[in-house]
Amino acid sequence: MITAGIDIGSTTAKGAILKDGHIEAVTVMSTGYDPKGAAETVFQTLLEKAGLDRKDLEAVVSTGYGRKNVGFAGRSVTEITCHAAGARLLSPTAATIVDIGGQDSKVIVLDSTGKVADFTMNDKCAAGTGRFLEVMASALQIDLASLAEFSARADATVAISSVCTVFAESEVISLISKGEKRENIIAGIHAAIGSRIVSMAGRVKARPPYIMTGGVALNRGVVRVLEERFQSDVTVPELAQVNGAVGAALIAADRNG
Amino acid sequence: MATPDEKKIKADKRLREIMTEYYIEAKTPKEQTGKKIAWITSGGPVEPLHAMDVIPIYPENYGAMCGAAKMSTELCEKAEEMGYSSDLCSYARGDIASAAVNGGPIGGLPEPDMLICCNNICGTVLKWYQVLARYFDVPLFVLDTPVCHTGYEKETDIYVRHQIGEYVAFLEAVCGRSFDYDRMDEVGTLSVKAQKLWQKVLDTTVNKPAPMTCFDAFFHLAMIVTLRGTQTAVDYYELLLEEMNDRICKGISKVEPERYRLIWDNLPVWYKMRWFSDKFGAHNAGFVADTYTSGWCGTLPYLDENDFLGSMAESYTRIFLNTGIDHMADNIVKMVEKYDADGVVFHSNRSCKPYSFGQYDIQRIVGEKTGTPCLMIEADMCDERKFSETQVETRIDAFIEML
Repeated sequence: MITAGIDIGSTTAKGAILKDGHIEAVTVMSTGYDPKGAAETVFQTLLEKAGLDRKDLEAVVSTGYGRKNVGFAGRSVTEITCHAAGARLLSPTAATIVDIGGQDSKVIVLDSTGKVADFTMNDKCAAGTGRFLEVMASALQIDLASLAEFSARADATVAISSVCTVFAESEVISLISKGEKRENIIAGIHAAIGSRIVSMAGRVKARPPYIMTGGVALNRGVVRVLEERFQSDVTVPELAQVNGAVGAALIAADRNG
Repeated sequence: MATPDEKKIKADKRLREIMTEYYIEAKTPKEQTGKKIAWITSGGPVEPLHAMDVIPIYPENYGAMCGAAKMSTELCEKAEEMGYSSDLCSYARGDIASAAVNGGPIGGLPEPDMLICCNNICGTVLKWYQVLARYFDVPLFVLDTPVCHTGYEKETDIYVRHQIGEYVAFLEAVCGRSFDYDRMDEVGTLSVKAQKLWQKVLDTTVNKPAPMTCFDAFFHLAMIVTLRGTQTAVDYYELLLEEMNDRICKGISKVEPERYRLIWDNLPVWYKMRWFSDKFGAHNAGFVADTYTSGWCGTLPYLDENDFLGSMAESYTRIFLNTGIDHMADNIVKMVEKYDADGVVFHSNRSCKPYSFGQYDIQRIVGEKTGTPCLMIEADMCDERKFSETQVETRIDAFIEML
């Protein structure tokens, strides 16, 4: 059975095609201002990569913030359920998923069968999300992908006390003007994200083994902070960013799901 | 399947008529009605006002009207312009601004002759009513009800009973005549009657499928809040109860088929009532009970019909919001069992601190004791700026997928 999962996030659009439980193709691109167009492009790219035609697909499930904008999907399922499903394939032993995307962060606790037992999301505030990191990277004039590298060189962690992205940005700017090292500020930014995730995790009784998914999982600095705070390994699956799309494709294959 | 017309609750029309008459009388010049007006907090003891023929006006009820009419945010902004913090309760902000600009769907409330403030619902009302007292330059009576974490102490009873006496003396002074104890007995009897009927109306949702949802209860609540102690409220709830029983006989429900039965905690999100109702309804999920509307009949066990005035001390002190977290959690646990609920949705309401503070603990206790899935939604009862539709939508969808 061939199915596809399309995950339209606030920052990136992801897709995956599965054939009998095996990943045939995955793709990631920027969502931009047009989620419908992004969904279409992701789909086309997937089909080309897998060497398939639309008619070869038996079912498509959409997920993510733009899940209702994917006209060609048979149905939409939230990213919470999809991440749990994706983890069943990519990290079958996971008990807790920390998913940090562009505009939200989630902690999803799984039961012994891999289904969602409980979840929590950040409230309507960008602190502790990918957007928070983007804003900070821009304030510090460094590339988003270099944040982890910088924080690894920190010799101290500067406390970022504000819980609001906008205020935290001004706080960072004033720290720069005070002459704080960029490395130490970035370490502080990662620690701030870690604190927010840890308090969310406490609410839903998160437990190891932990995995991390979503775009921010690509930032080793954040992963390291979480490992310290959880006092446990936090595994980042190879396909962490497309975990939700893989889950959507798996759900598409499960007629009862 | 019931037709959309059959699904409509017929008593709605009567409620609108009564509430319209109520506000028309209240806004009629006092020289014509000969009645004084008291503004009173939602949990305040209204019965003595009815006994003295004073028209009670509820700024919180008006706050709900402004919220449902999507007129609150503008009033909140006005209050912020006047210098009030955006963290202040949106009912308080809306009411203070409405008093200044005659805002909201009926162009402001009629001016009060007195203010009755009972802090059994929150501490905000104290400062809010002090602001009103200065603004309108009218006397303010404060009934101070200490928090009852679990039980009810003798000292508390003595303390509150003493204030009930002061309340009577206050009304005599403002109205310029003696308190009518006989009339008070009649009003007390009517209040108990209405509360019992309201509880019966709420109990009808034990039936599967439930003949109404909490979104209906939020609407029909208006009468028990504003007019308990009057024959009008008793007649109305008899009518409503009859209709609910009729709906049960005919198998009419708001959510068809009723797949999930849920419980709502906290005040409604007034400007999004339809949205929530449709959103959950699309998943065949209906709210069969809530902790809010039962607040106006939850202290019936403490009321003594033969000594209504005296027993008001205990019944007004022990309302849901004036109790501890363990008691609040226990209340929800009982509701889950009584209504055979599949899940509990908590509205973490930015405005209402006493209701929202402790919700995470309550959620944990309810989860542990009942094993029922719980969902937390962040919003505000009236201030639309505190609501993020997309985020809430994802949480609701994921919660239902989890069920």
